[in-house]
Amino acid sequence: MLPEKKLELRKLAYKIRIGITEEIKARGFGHIGGSLSIADVLAVLYGDVMRCDPKKPGMPERDKLVCSKGHAGPAVYAALALKGYFSYDELKTLNQPGTNLPSHCDRRKTPGIDMTTGSLGQGTSLAVGMALGDKIKGRDCRTFLIVGDGEINEGQAWEAAMFTAAKKVNNLVWLIDNNKKQLDGYTKDILDTFNLEDKFRAFGFEAFTIDGNDLEQISTALSKKAGDKPIAIVLDTVKGKGIKEVEETAANHSMTPKPEDCDRWLEQLHKELSALA
Amino acid sequence: MNIVYNGEMDTRLFKNVLGQTISELLSEDENVVYLDADLMGCIGTAKLPKETNRAINCGIAEANMVGIACGMSAVGFKPIVHTFGPFASRRCYDQVFLSGGYAGNSITVIGTDPGVTATFNGGTHMPFEDVALYRALPGATIVDITDVPMLVDFLRQAKDLPGVKYIRVGRKASAQVYEEGSHFELGKGNVLREGRDAAVIACGIMVHEAMKAAQILSQDGIEAAVIDIFTIKPLDEALVKAYARKTGAIVTAENHNKIGGLYSAVKDVLDGEAKTGYVAVEDKFGEVGPQDYLQERFGLTAEHIVNTVKETLKRAGK
Repeated sequence: MLPEKKLELRKLAYKIRIGITEEIKARGFGHIGGSLSIADVLAVLYGDVMRCDPKKPGMPERDKLVCSKGHAGPAVYAALALKGYFSYDELKTLNQPGTNLPSHCDRRKTPGIDMTTGSLGQGTSLAVGMALGDKIKGRDCRTFLIVGDGEINEGQAWEAAMFTAAKKVNNLVWLIDNNKKQLDGYTKDILDTFNLEDKFRAFGFEAFTIDGNDLEQISTALSKKAGDKPIAIVLDTVKGKGIKEVEETAANHSMTPKPEDCDRWLEQLHKELSALA
Repeated sequence: MNIVYNGEMDTRLFKNVLGQTISELLSEDENVVYLDADLMGCIGTAKLPKETNRAINCGIAEANMVGIACGMSAVGFKPIVHTFGPFASRRCYDQVFLSGGYAGNSITVIGTDPGVTATFNGGTHMPFEDVALYRALPGATIVDITDVPMLVDFLRQAKDLPGVKYIRVGRKASAQVYEEGSHFELGKGNVLREGRDAAVIACGIMVHEAMKAAQILSQDGIEAAVIDIFTIKPLDEALVKAYARKTGAIVTAENHNKIGGLYSAVKDVLDGEAKTGYVAVEDKFGEVGPQDYLQERFGLTAEHIVNTVKETLKRAGK
């Protein structure tokens, strides 16, 4: 990755984290931990990899994103606003009455949201269908599926994984956000997923693990072209990544921070962003 | 629309008509995609031309199948999915509800072997509650198929209709009611027989029973209208109310639990215009057996309709 590109993506990742924090500050609560953990992969996707145009959100040949862990909507909304799909100010309407930015992603409300998600597991099959449909139509595009490590407790995710590999849906990229936590605690304590890379390999994927908060590693992984086997990338991430206090909060799936907490976090993020320049 | 009902069973089986029609739709419309959950062999679609990549066997994974179908809808396809009724309703209900209806995707779901038509697969495969589930899905369309002309016509309509469409249909033969090539207007019931004393509102396999019942009642001097209300949702409210006012005695007949199905739907729209009775499955699970045994066992016969009409008339003071 060129140094200029890397700097641009680092800045974008900071801006996404700032956007997430502003959304949650405005509403007073929200799914902050799992939003922050995917800020880096979203920065690489929307800042570099995905071919999509805010002026043509319905273009059939666009690359598509399905954030199956739909509660990370605040992260996707920040990325979409920064990309120009809608006004940045709209981020402050998160979960307000009549908003276009509900807690969980909704393709009927939010420009740029490619699929409605939120009932965990369901986005996996939807993403398979979108990618398979594009493949049958001969469209040269990819679908990126972000799925949570807690989410894959759902059996539907494994039905979808089996189908992806068996039917060679290799224009679909699985991105597993392995942030090690779910609502009630650590995944290893709730329902241990064991080695995710092994699991996806056993299902017939070309599977590998990277530091999911490292922009360069994400970029390299996403530039990999799939052969017959579809690609599954296990993103080794930190829930709450980028805001120390959130990272260190045990129950950080959904938080109710005070405005002064958010202000402190925003000040720090802005400071670090400025230092990059 | 011409009624050709003569009480005889059609020589064609629904399952063969399903296979043939799906095959034709795949050939005629490049946006049609057909997905099945390892039951292609049950409706004759396993013999589809090998060259099509739009007939997809998803394996025994109905929730995944529905999700994939909804994803394909989002990128421009018109998906038709098939499995047995319980798996087309209970097993994948959340996926049809959210990935389909809520997410704004369009999907046609065919649930074969509704109610007692599941016969020798028994209680595990016998949905008496599928209509109740789909009725609770906002905006869904529910059709209980009466005969072959209706199946062919509605399959052709359904692929192009927006939203969730649920088709419940057996795999065996039915009595033919409508002329070949008939066109059916969704949400509009068909009056198959006029009558001033009572109206039997039926759907699916119970239309045939209702016609038999009306003949028996006529011999007893009771003239019962028979309405085929094949679209359970949206219900033809105007027709139901009109016959309630006209006869003062409404009896519904359905191959479904009395809770949440046609009887519930009809009761929902009436406001004291008529006394009502029902021929439906009491709040029971299914069981194994031949269809005639099961229809008797669960009270889904012409004789039960006759008795219910007479009892309802008595309550109506007629």
